Amino acid sequence: MGTYVLRRLLQMIPVILGATFLIFAMVFALPGDPLAGKCGERPCSPAYAAQFREKYNLNDPLLVQYGKYVGKLAQGDLGQTYNNISVADQLKLRYPVTAKLALLAILIETVIGIAAGVLTGIRKGGFLDNLVLVSTLIVISIPIFVIGGLAQYFLGVKLGLFPVTVTSSDPTVYQLLLPAIVLGSLSVAYVSRLTRTNLVENLRSDYVRTAVAKGLTQRRAIGIHALRNSLIPVVTFIGFDFGALLGGAIVTESIFNIPGVGGYIFRSIRSRDGVSVVGAVTVLVIVYLVVNLLVDLIYGLLDPRITHD
Amino acid sequence: MTTDTTTRPKGSEVTYTPQDGLLLEVEDLHVEFHTPDGVANAINGISFSLHQGECLAILGESGSGKSVTAQAIMGILDMPPAVIPQGHIRYCGQDLLTMDPEQRRKTRGPEVSMIFQDALSSLNPVFPVGWQIAEMFRVHRGMNKSDALQQAVALMERVQIPGARDRVKAYPHQFSGGMRQRIMIAVAIALDPAVLIADEPTTALDVTVQAQIMALLQELQEERQMGLILITHDLGVVADVADRIAVMYAGRLVEKADVADLYAAPAHPYTRGLLESIPRLDQKGQKLSAIGGLPPNLMRIPPGCPFNPRCRMAQDVCRRDLPLLREVAPGRLSACHFAEEVINA
Amino acid sequence: MTEAAVTEAPEATSRGENPVDAGPPRSLAGDAWRAMRRNPLFWISSVMILVFVLMATFPSLFTSTDPTEAILQESRALPGQGTWFGRDIQGYDIYARCIYGARASILVGLFTTIGTVAVGGTIGIIAGYAGGIVDTLLSRLGDIFFAIPLLLGAIIFLVSLPATNNYLFIVLKVVGALVVLGWPSLARLMRSSVIQVKPNDYVQAARALGASPFRIVRAHILPNAVAPMIVVATINLGAYISAEATLSFLGIGLQSPAISWGIDISRAIVGLRTTPHMLFFPSLFLSLAVLAFIMLGDAVRDALDPKNR
Repeated sequence: MGTYVLRRLLQMIPVILGATFLIFAMVFALPGDPLAGKCGERPCSPAYAAQFREKYNLNDPLLVQYGKYVGKLAQGDLGQTYNNISVADQLKLRYPVTAKLALLAILIETVIGIAAGVLTGIRKGGFLDNLVLVSTLIVISIPIFVIGGLAQYFLGVKLGLFPVTVTSSDPTVYQLLLPAIVLGSLSVAYVSRLTRTNLVENLRSDYVRTAVAKGLTQRRAIGIHALRNSLIPVVTFIGFDFGALLGGAIVTESIFNIPGVGGYIFRSIRSRDGVSVVGAVTVLVIVYLVVNLLVDLIYGLLDPRITHD
Repeated sequence: MTTDTTTRPKGSEVTYTPQDGLLLEVEDLHVEFHTPDGVANAINGISFSLHQGECLAILGESGSGKSVTAQAIMGILDMPPAVIPQGHIRYCGQDLLTMDPEQRRKTRGPEVSMIFQDALSSLNPVFPVGWQIAEMFRVHRGMNKSDALQQAVALMERVQIPGARDRVKAYPHQFSGGMRQRIMIAVAIALDPAVLIADEPTTALDVTVQAQIMALLQELQEERQMGLILITHDLGVVADVADRIAVMYAGRLVEKADVADLYAAPAHPYTRGLLESIPRLDQKGQKLSAIGGLPPNLMRIPPGCPFNPRCRMAQDVCRRDLPLLREVAPGRLSACHFAEEVINA
Repeated sequence: MTEAAVTEAPEATSRGENPVDAGPPRSLAGDAWRAMRRNPLFWISSVMILVFVLMATFPSLFTSTDPTEAILQESRALPGQGTWFGRDIQGYDIYARCIYGARASILVGLFTTIGTVAVGGTIGIIAGYAGGIVDTLLSRLGDIFFAIPLLLGAIIFLVSLPATNNYLFIVLKVVGALVVLGWPSLARLMRSSVIQVKPNDYVQAARALGASPFRIVRAHILPNAVAPMIVVATINLGAYISAEATLSFLGIGLQSPAISWGIDISRAIVGLRTTPHMLFFPSLFLSLAVLAFIMLGDAVRDALDPKNR
């Protein structure tokens, strides 16, 4: 296990460097003025432009620029907007809400997704199975902002079950429940389908047959032997899907007016505040990479064939 | 030896005592597979019995129904698509097929146990081998984790796994093929079953390892006086171990005999074909004869004797009348219209 | 963001003895076509796609109304009050906008798919065929692009590009963002197909006979790799349509005066409490378009996967 962790950490370094370089290249090396769209509707003031060029060393060669950029990133410096607001400070105020929303969404997708996958997997071809297959296909097809809008209208406005918007910077679980359901809905569909497919596959496997031949109860043969193996790819998927979840958080927070990182990015896009957008999204990408590393390590714990060579 | 054969606390409240050493009685068993393409008649009325300390080999090509027989006895057929329209499987006088499912579950392991062909896929890849052996004690005897693991170590030592104490926490993929099959055997004999079914236990192994595994099985059988059903397509494997042989073809028993008798003079053309297809050192230079043709499609078994399209001796009667299994010499059964001619040939 | 197309590799698992003999030999493609023809989902999705493509190419077949004609005094008119779907805040005819909105979605979906297939397919073939250091480098490069979630990366990419009013250029910007971030999944798929086919005797024989790499790829590798590629590309096309709408919704993809379902939905969310019909119709069109492609991909995959027969 020790060497596995070390190997994964080492493999992670070039990916993080590469991903940050890619972001850097998109921001600074694409054709056009790197200052375009960074100061709202008006062009940037000459003072800010000079400060910006100085700060990002735009007069240096590309690789030197990148090195200095990563150095700043490592120190938590995400830049200053044109009206001199530190992006990092803004994010510090907002990340707890987004973290809460994301955790809630992951909890929902894990619990509901796996439960639905197991129920349909052990009764393959039954009514419930077909119902879940069709409804997940529909959910997968509806973009998240449509689901969000519809849920907000029907469950919030029409039925009044949930608050329509969440404006508190320290919202309760109940206030965040509807946005979290919306945010997790797509993943619920994927997780349930993936669980079902793997479970159906594993129920036919030789070792589940052995489990039955060992005189284990049906519950134990399925719940421990088949399910344990079926969940390994599901864990990987949840990690991979975390990136889509973060993107979805931007949409969800904008719909429900949630004052989190996503809502901040949305408003910054609308006010053409490019520095804030890039800084905040870069943080999300790095969070995603770290989460994926953690998932890889969990994967190693779950599947001994990976770690015990 | 920590596994004590004199006290056998069973997980079940029911006790099973063999009458006159008779453990298992299969009577007129039929198994069908209902598939979208039609009904496959996998087993078409077979009967045999198994006594304490006896080794019965069931011999046949793939598709002959030998593995299905084993799975039917174990109760691990997938139903559906499998259906058992008629027949009985009695263990110590009690019919397993009509038994309450929970009661039958409790027989798997302590009474009847099974090992499979491919130990790598038959063991769960994500649990340590010791855990998988110990599971037997924990589920059937309610033993706590550390005691069960102690038992697992003892069993691994019994099946001659070197360094058992250190390897109890290792995973299946960390063992060699032979060692994995030993672990599979340890799982199967953990609760000291009266009947052990071994389904092609050595097919996936190297020849040298095959002999070691067969020797271990034989040793364990004699030590514990188990009834052993050895399912194989390999006549060479059974010669030393089995007491009796039942030959299956297209879901039927075509010959049943003591090992020595059958080797000396087979009473069915199919058995003779099988014997002739074994390469033998003392007949170097002679042509090796294999049985021509393929086993029948189980959805369209030919009328008459199912073997007739491949049989060199087939006559009109063979294409018309199904030969029944009958006694053709003392202690010898054959399902061939011309069994007497075959046996004397 | 629905990029997470869970692809399940067709894999035959048999257990124990198979009591059923195989029927007469049939070709895989013929078999797949037969299975697909029997699947109603295939026909439903094909017809839907055909309708959307017609809508995108000849919108005047479906409506004679100009989608940019604002009749302000009829603003927020309900469905049936003079128009089929009602009018939005600007007084635009919602039906006409739904019809004209198809073009952006289909164009982005189609161009992105062509782009990812071309880029990802080529890189995958090179990596798989060349092997060694080339494979390692290209695969690690793919990992880096793969590490950035589609929506997050697209936001940074689009924020950094200069704004423009040229319709085709805006579409190509969105396509560019999605291709840059979307190619690695197809490259991985193609690479594994090539690696699977390469060791076969007939490929080795062709190499020994001096066939050029180009010929070997065209004659032996592509025919085997094309089927899984079609499945994933079709499903991805739906995902890209969804991504385009999401970006337009956030205000970073297409922008007015361009017509896109995402833009209209974004505008409609504001007036959700009073005029839900403005949200409903573009959402329906968008979801149906995504659904059609995902369904078609599912139908093709089921037909190619022998397990499901």
